[in-house]
Amino acid sequence: MSWQPSASIEALKERGMFYRYIRDFFYGRDVLEVETPLLSHAAVSDANLLPVVVQCMGKASYLHTSPEYPMKRLLASGSGDIFQISKVFRDEELGSRHNPEFSMLEYYRLHFNVATLKDEVAQLVGDYLNIQTRQDYSYRQALIKYAHVDPFAASDEQLSEMVVPFMGSLTLNRDECLDIIMSHVVEPLLPKNCLVFVSQYPASQAALAQTYENHEGHIIAERFELYVNGLELANGYHELTDIVEQKKRFAIEKVKRENQLGVQRETDQHFLDALQHGLPNCAGVALGLDRILMLKLGAKNISEVISFNFDRA
Amino acid sequence: MANFSTNEFKSGLKVMLEGDPCSILENELVKPGKGQAFSRVKLRNLKTGRVWERTFKSGEKLEGADVMEYDMEYLYTDGEFFHFMATDGSFEQFGAPVDAVGETKNWLKEQEKYEVTLFNGEPIAVAAPNFVDLEVVETDPGLKGDTAQGGSKPAYLTTGAMVRVPLFINIGEVLRIDTRTGEYVSRAKG
Repeated sequence: MSWQPSASIEALKERGMFYRYIRDFFYGRDVLEVETPLLSHAAVSDANLLPVVVQCMGKASYLHTSPEYPMKRLLASGSGDIFQISKVFRDEELGSRHNPEFSMLEYYRLHFNVATLKDEVAQLVGDYLNIQTRQDYSYRQALIKYAHVDPFAASDEQLSEMVVPFMGSLTLNRDECLDIIMSHVVEPLLPKNCLVFVSQYPASQAALAQTYENHEGHIIAERFELYVNGLELANGYHELTDIVEQKKRFAIEKVKRENQLGVQRETDQHFLDALQHGLPNCAGVALGLDRILMLKLGAKNISEVISFNFDRA
Repeated sequence: MANFSTNEFKSGLKVMLEGDPCSILENELVKPGKGQAFSRVKLRNLKTGRVWERTFKSGEKLEGADVMEYDMEYLYTDGEFFHFMATDGSFEQFGAPVDAVGETKNWLKEQEKYEVTLFNGEPIAVAAPNFVDLEVVETDPGLKGDTAQGGSKPAYLTTGAMVRVPLFINIGEVLRIDTRTGEYVSRAKG
């Protein structure tokens, strides 16, 4: 009967406990809980995210796909360490691990970097899920170990050949090939019941992370992902603070967006102004709370941990 | 036929892939937090029955397949084709080639209803009901009184199929067969 919740009462209770655990965790560390608007005038820059467009005050607005921009505006205004638990919205994302409206924990720590933030996330997630084992791979190590391919050395042709068994004759660009290799080959082979951190992504997958050139001459993004039992749980960055570089990346996404989707979106000028003013050196991470709950409860489908999944909403 | 985009890929949708009609079994979204969205799809090739796994970029389209399933009565075979008649009142007849009938050949019985899959109006697959009743044409003589003990022997049915049956079964008896496993269930009732 679809008037009833898709989650059990037990799952709802667990979510309540989980949120209390998160708030205790950050209270103990002096990290401030904040709220930022769900509805904004400008949309996300990432061409791979589709925001939900709504009508408000006679004009199109967007439900946020993550609270990243306004939280960075708070950081630039001197908020200090902050966290937020909020609903985020991503159109066209529906499946056993996706619901178009889902719950995210996003938080920022001043003067943290990828290494220190990974340690804190390991504590936050590991203690909650009672998983103490941890493995850290660079993106390159993970692909070499599990897919036998060096993502920096392999030619475009080699990568294209590797995805043929999954994609048939369809041609993909380099990053799309790498995404397929990661999701179809590497993820299923990652160690189980273990916190698996992957970091040091290729610069083309940097999003809003800082980049640097490593000793092998590869441009590396200071970004990490956390996987547990094949589920992608968190995505963190040593945050990009350079306004010039930020504008460059926005311009790249803008071209991609117009080519892929044929839509133009306004750039978030408030966010750029904040960056211009100065974002403190910090690291931040977004965690998918529904997926962490799925692991806690052994749920196979995200609807089992959401009070009313999209079909019943 | 219409084209279908990945977000319309639902279980049961019939689409064309590499020239063959397929039925979609599962569609799972693969979307890295930072990266392109893909649909990871399982499809059954309706010609071969084989299950394919294939990943599509979100928004990619496949042509719909003109595939319909009909209940049809089996009529006869002329050696080359197996002839069926629609039971929807049209009395339309279709000749299915051997490769379309496949394993179902073992369970064909006149006047029995089968599910015939038509692709562009031509039969490409024939599915048997879960149970059919078929007569034994050849088996070793039945052992009298042996109704309880174990043990089995081969028996040949009117279709030429061989099934293992209990020792008490005789030629001329009609048996109920589970077509999914090809196993003897019981003597047919009535």
